[in-house]
Amino acid sequence: MADLLARHAEALFWMARQMERAENLARILDVNETFSRDGQGSQNWETIVKLYADEERFAETGRALNAETVLHFYVLDTENPGSIVATIRMARENARALRPLISTEMWTQLNMFYSELRGLTKNAIAEPNLNRLCAFIKEACQTHTGITEGTYYRDSGWYFYQLGKLIERADQMTRLVDVKYHLLLPSPDYVGSPLDVSQWNAVLRSAAAYHAFRRINPSGMSPTRVSSFLLFNGDFPRSVSAAVADATATLTKLRFRFGLAVGEEAVKRLQFLDQWLTRETIEDVVARGLHETNDWIQSELIAVTSALHDAFFSQPPDGAESATPTA
Amino acid sequence: MTTADLAGLLAKYDPGGFFCEMFGHGPGPAPGREALVERLDRFTIRDLKRRAQYAERELYNLGITFTVYTEKDQIDRILPFDVIPRVLSAAEWDVVERGVVQRVAALNALIWDVYHDQKIIKDGVIPAELILGSKHFRPEMQGIDVPFRNYCHVCGIDLVRDDEGVFRVLEDNARAPSGVSYVVENRHLMQRAFPDLMHSAAVRPVSNYGQRLGEALAEMAPPEVTDPQVVLLTPGVYNSAYFEHIFLAREMGVPLVEGRDLVVEDDRVYMKTIGGLSPGHVIYRRINDEFLDPEVFQPDSVLGAKGLMRAYRKGNVAIANGVGTGFADDKAVYAYMPRVIQYFLGEDAILPNVDTHLCRETDGLRYTLDHLSELVVKPVGESGGYGITIGPRASKAELKVCRDRLKADPTNYISQPMVRLSVSPTLVARGVEPRHVDLRPFAVTGRETWVLPGGLSRVALKRGSMIVNSSQGGGSKDTWVLG
Repeated sequence: MADLLARHAEALFWMARQMERAENLARILDVNETFSRDGQGSQNWETIVKLYADEERFAETGRALNAETVLHFYVLDTENPGSIVATIRMARENARALRPLISTEMWTQLNMFYSELRGLTKNAIAEPNLNRLCAFIKEACQTHTGITEGTYYRDSGWYFYQLGKLIERADQMTRLVDVKYHLLLPSPDYVGSPLDVSQWNAVLRSAAAYHAFRRINPSGMSPTRVSSFLLFNGDFPRSVSAAVADATATLTKLRFRFGLAVGEEAVKRLQFLDQWLTRETIEDVVARGLHETNDWIQSELIAVTSALHDAFFSQPPDGAESATPTA
Repeated sequence: MTTADLAGLLAKYDPGGFFCEMFGHGPGPAPGREALVERLDRFTIRDLKRRAQYAERELYNLGITFTVYTEKDQIDRILPFDVIPRVLSAAEWDVVERGVVQRVAALNALIWDVYHDQKIIKDGVIPAELILGSKHFRPEMQGIDVPFRNYCHVCGIDLVRDDEGVFRVLEDNARAPSGVSYVVENRHLMQRAFPDLMHSAAVRPVSNYGQRLGEALAEMAPPEVTDPQVVLLTPGVYNSAYFEHIFLAREMGVPLVEGRDLVVEDDRVYMKTIGGLSPGHVIYRRINDEFLDPEVFQPDSVLGAKGLMRAYRKGNVAIANGVGTGFADDKAVYAYMPRVIQYFLGEDAILPNVDTHLCRETDGLRYTLDHLSELVVKPVGESGGYGITIGPRASKAELKVCRDRLKADPTNYISQPMVRLSVSPTLVARGVEPRHVDLRPFAVTGRETWVLPGGLSRVALKRGSMIVNSSQGGGSKDTWVLG
């Protein structure tokens, strides 16, 4: 394949983001379900809605906020563009546009995954079944990632796919860490209590981070250590820092390998964020406010996305003078 | 072997007096089919159905589908696939192949002449108004020289087989015939689901279609271009043939572009890529003429690219199929094709037409009205099997409607005797029964014409039905050319 169409680059970027988002949303719903079982009551589900800044959209459903309605909203609701079904549907639509580029196996798996999701009924999100459903979604997303890694031709599109995946992963991790901010400490009395520890434990496990965390923290589990690990640990692949570092390297390599003059703004922004993540300490984060920090990282990632869009995805208008033929 | 020797799956198979693709007029298998018939006969209906089910699920999972969009959702449908192949012997295929090559040569000669000297009109072989009055005639094409005088890069000639086993042309498709992806995918499916049936059967391969097409298209590039970039122009994911567009782009290894990905500057065509604009030299377009260029055709079209015709006229880009081929595959021009072949090539048509009465001519109209209940009446401008009245099967009321339409607008209709379409053994709920089939061979033309061995066999799955179109309950079969 010769040159990558701008439209295809954008579709690859978003398909990767959508798959990553679905996986992380499943992780977050799963961990939240675990907390509910710990006796925090239906109140907890509001935090998920807040986490994704969906208060208004949820209110539009006109439903009372409880486990059943929130789960429906985030898993099955086709009217909610942020639900897992809707996210995978969009990923599949992108994949459909990308079928000339992606492997048949990538398409087939995504196609079958979506068919499965479409067939889900209310029963699938009932309490006893939720964990199994989340595990299924996680696995299907990971299967997608694995098939992609194993079959996608390493053209320039590969880098856009990676960028999408990594940026979404960083964004989602800040949200997962924010679950803690919203609900882990209902009152200062809980700090260090058995309940507190079990909740931190659950956050780590939902990010598949428990064992990695234990390897460098053989004992103890404090909010700062867990947050620090998930934000800053450069060797844990789901940490914000690892994802941003990888994204920075990916974009640099993309521009170098394919001789692309555009995209400098996005590189600068990623490098800035990457360096900040390397230097920052958890103590400073706590002093500034964890939630505020997460918000700030999210807005930086939005700025990176927008810079990528301007550089690579936006179509020059027909006959515009700015468009320079390359040959 | 005779049918009496068949004790298994095919023991009760009865073509019902029609010419059968597997048994001819029987009793034993037609030449070349002996081994296949014997193998098929040993299948149990249960095994066959199980494998058919697997095949259909594969089609769905692999996304070999067309999509029906509703307001809220999209539904993927597969073209029903019948697992019992339709078989052609080497000798039968030879006739089809030569006939199709001849037909494409005549179509190209006709189109070139019409957009240049119009000798065929001046010599009175075809009435001028039939061509110049066709809604698919493009005066914009007048005087444009296309490479190798080739307009019909991809041609699908629809054939039926009559009671004597003679292949007859039913329709020419010189615009953007679809279905070739099913030919290749059906074969792949058969190879997966029926390795035991295909084992040591010398079936001519079809999987090099994309490569042949890519080579032929590259031959059309402007001569000064050393490394031509071919692109496939699709209307997009909402088009019902989108799967085929994907398939062909992948098989050729070329970008699948939409109109919004293209831009024309200084009468040259470019793609919008991540690195800026990148040139395109040959466009295999799967959109109709009228959407190609808003500057020349439909001004509100967003499916094409503004300025494309300027680039085409200058010879900076090749468009396949050529612009303005549509008048030539019109059902009224079709009736003149034997004369067109004689006029340009000095040969008799290798593949005869189905006898056709032109209702635009007084004699043809009178004959049609007098024999309405025996004839098939077709509107000339439609495709997909729509608007057809099948006389022998029509009610009195339907015949009356048809008669009124004919009288009101005779030039819009042709009529043909009802061809007793051949049948092919087909798996249905109750077992294996005869179903009517047609054949669409695909011809690819670059400097020369190559015909994909076999083609798309469409099958009318409804008992007794002779309408094979997918929109009207048709399915498809793998088509084997032996030897």
